[in-house]
Amino acid sequence: MTVIGWIQIFLYCAIVVALVKPLGWYMTRVFNGESTFLSPVLRPVEAGLYRIGGVDAKREQHWLTYTVAMLLFHVGGFLVIYGLMRLQALLPFNPQDQSAVAPDLSFNTAISFITNTNWQNYGGESTLSYLVQMLGLTHQNFLSAATGIALAVALIRGFSRSSMRTIGNFWVDVTRCTLYVLLPICMVYTLFLVWQGMPQTLGAYVDATTLEGAKQTIAVGPVASQVAIKMLGTNGGGFFNANAAHPFENPTALSNFVQMLSIFVIGAAMTNVFGRMVGDQRQGWAILGVMGVLFLAGVAITYWAEANGTSTLNALGLTGGNMEGKEVRFGIVASSLFAVVTTAASCGAVNAMHDSFTALGGMIPLINMQLGEIIVGGVGAGLYGMLLFVVLAIFVAGLMVGRTPEYVGKKIEAREVKMAMLAILVLPLMYLGWTAVAVVFPPAVASMANAGPHGFTEVLYAFTSATGNNGSAFGGLTGNTLFYNLTLASSMFVGRFFMIVPAMAIAGSLAAKKSIPPSAGTLPTTGGLFVGLVVGVILIIGGLTFFPALALGPIVEHLADNANNLF
Amino acid sequence: MLREIRPAIILLLLLTAITGLAYPLAMTAIAGVIFPKQAQGSLIEKDGKVIGSALIGQEFQDDKYFHGRLSATSAPDPGDSTKTVSAPYNAANSGGSNLGPTSKALADRLKEDVDKLKAENANASVPIDLVTTSASGLDPDISPEAALFQVPRVAKARKMPEERVRQLVTEHTQGRMAGLLGEIRVNVLALNLALDAAAAK
Repeated sequence: MTVIGWIQIFLYCAIVVALVKPLGWYMTRVFNGESTFLSPVLRPVEAGLYRIGGVDAKREQHWLTYTVAMLLFHVGGFLVIYGLMRLQALLPFNPQDQSAVAPDLSFNTAISFITNTNWQNYGGESTLSYLVQMLGLTHQNFLSAATGIALAVALIRGFSRSSMRTIGNFWVDVTRCTLYVLLPICMVYTLFLVWQGMPQTLGAYVDATTLEGAKQTIAVGPVASQVAIKMLGTNGGGFFNANAAHPFENPTALSNFVQMLSIFVIGAAMTNVFGRMVGDQRQGWAILGVMGVLFLAGVAITYWAEANGTSTLNALGLTGGNMEGKEVRFGIVASSLFAVVTTAASCGAVNAMHDSFTALGGMIPLINMQLGEIIVGGVGAGLYGMLLFVVLAIFVAGLMVGRTPEYVGKKIEAREVKMAMLAILVLPLMYLGWTAVAVVFPPAVASMANAGPHGFTEVLYAFTSATGNNGSAFGGLTGNTLFYNLTLASSMFVGRFFMIVPAMAIAGSLAAKKSIPPSAGTLPTTGGLFVGLVVGVILIIGGLTFFPALALGPIVEHLADNANNLF
Repeated sequence: MLREIRPAIILLLLLTAITGLAYPLAMTAIAGVIFPKQAQGSLIEKDGKVIGSALIGQEFQDDKYFHGRLSATSAPDPGDSTKTVSAPYNAANSGGSNLGPTSKALADRLKEDVDKLKAENANASVPIDLVTTSASGLDPDISPEAALFQVPRVAKARKMPEERVRQLVTEHTQGRMAGLLGEIRVNVLALNLALDAAAAK
């Protein structure tokens, strides 16, 4: 670890924190339907969309209607992607003549993109046409991100409203999020990325003759426009197979830094939106504080582990940290930081190969996802995931002192706690359950690239990433098989929607309750005690759930590495 | 609930057209005008022919060139499309080795390469980036240590004074952005082009 490395990490944190308030202020205005500096241009577009779509922007929805609208929207999104992938050979913008994608891979990818996971069983540059990259993947990058944010806003309304039946209008929230937040930022961001060296062209791949006379086919494409929303929307599905490690998908140290910022910025600002909407910004900062504690702990461990390297490297006298699977322009610190950021948020873009990280360095990304990606988390999804843990922590605190727990003026009762537990417990059921099946099913075992405990970790990581809707991978695992295409798709689906539906049920039930003013017996939810309580609940619930699985994978591998055991 | 079906179809199609077609196509047009070179892939031409991209590494094996990182990229086996063969610096199929920290295959490969490099230059310690594969398999850079390590070999193969080759390495060493972000590095293709140019003089 170096001083300049830590300076980069703290600079990163400082800029994220500095952006929380301005973006939180802007997004609150957007979701409250107030006018912004973009309204003169966008209001007519917005009104036109509602008119053609038959949406009455003033009519709000019950939580059940809101959820059904969201689900219908996703059925449509699934059909668009699946259809485009199956038919890509017949459609335009296909200069490399990519052939139709197999049904199971198309199914997996379509589920992957509507759930904001963007798991890559496909190799971008070797499988997909430009049309699929744009119309299929880029569009769903926008809409799945907008959906996540809309759902978080709906849950916030549950807390902030009093005695109301409705929690907003899904169509309005998604449209406004796309038009006012995501698109404008992405347009500026795309040009920045092209300036840094990212291609943005519809031309065919380029054939070069290298200095030594070999032929090198260089894949290009409309990369920057997709990468902008891939990062901002915490989607993470790469244009290229190597994702943000590819020099075209992340050309410079600056593009890398800004990409990391864009992963966190909306998720972090959502805590401020929460604070503003419930009428006390300190509530938002407290939640960001919980996230910050867990984040910095993860960064420190991964950075330390990667800088120390492995026994094999040290025995050969190779110093400077574990550079296997990392790029020189990022080095140890920017690769370690990126790995923690991308898994703390549910982004899943990678700028280094997590499969080649040290045992403990690779365990932190795994833990981040197993905690439910609530450390900033996916856009929107991180906040509603975190609020589920807050509900639980408040409940535990209430049990300790024997009072009905309350949070930001709402009584937390049996229904909310049951729903929160349902959402939290369904995740380990998927990733532990499928991992258990995969490690005793010979065709699934054959997909492992590494032997010993690392092979187990590859499988555990895959199902954790899918269930958490992250999308990063221990990439050695051959995921493009019938077994993994179907099981991973089911993990992604359950991980997304079995979290959303209970969260929306909580939103509806809270919105219907009366707001009660804080009394002397109310636990203050803005101070260090509350932050410590939530961190504790997260670590205890998370730790009890997945520690046994970690012991079989990264922990035993770390011990094996120390003892110089190879597999 | 039934009245949600119409917006589910129509809004989906309209937003898809905006975000999936209008946005990327508009960005392609604008980027092509403002940053035409980058938008095409930062291609380098020599005598009217494309010799590579400034951002994409290429394979160098000749002693007279500086060598880049190891690359684990592959290509479909021409004989059997269900299999792949090793194809370093395949810029149409990026990827890393994905070998884990306790992999015997990785340990064996590292040992073999370290021994090879020690035989080439016994006077310096082996830089780690010369014996590890990059994440993309297309890393265009190496560390300054990795470049300086290769100076004696390159100078000998080109019959140039080591001092001159070392000077070229120094000239092509890029610092951190604003002295802060990223790592100090040398672009291998740019260095080798400069080497060819210096030799031609």
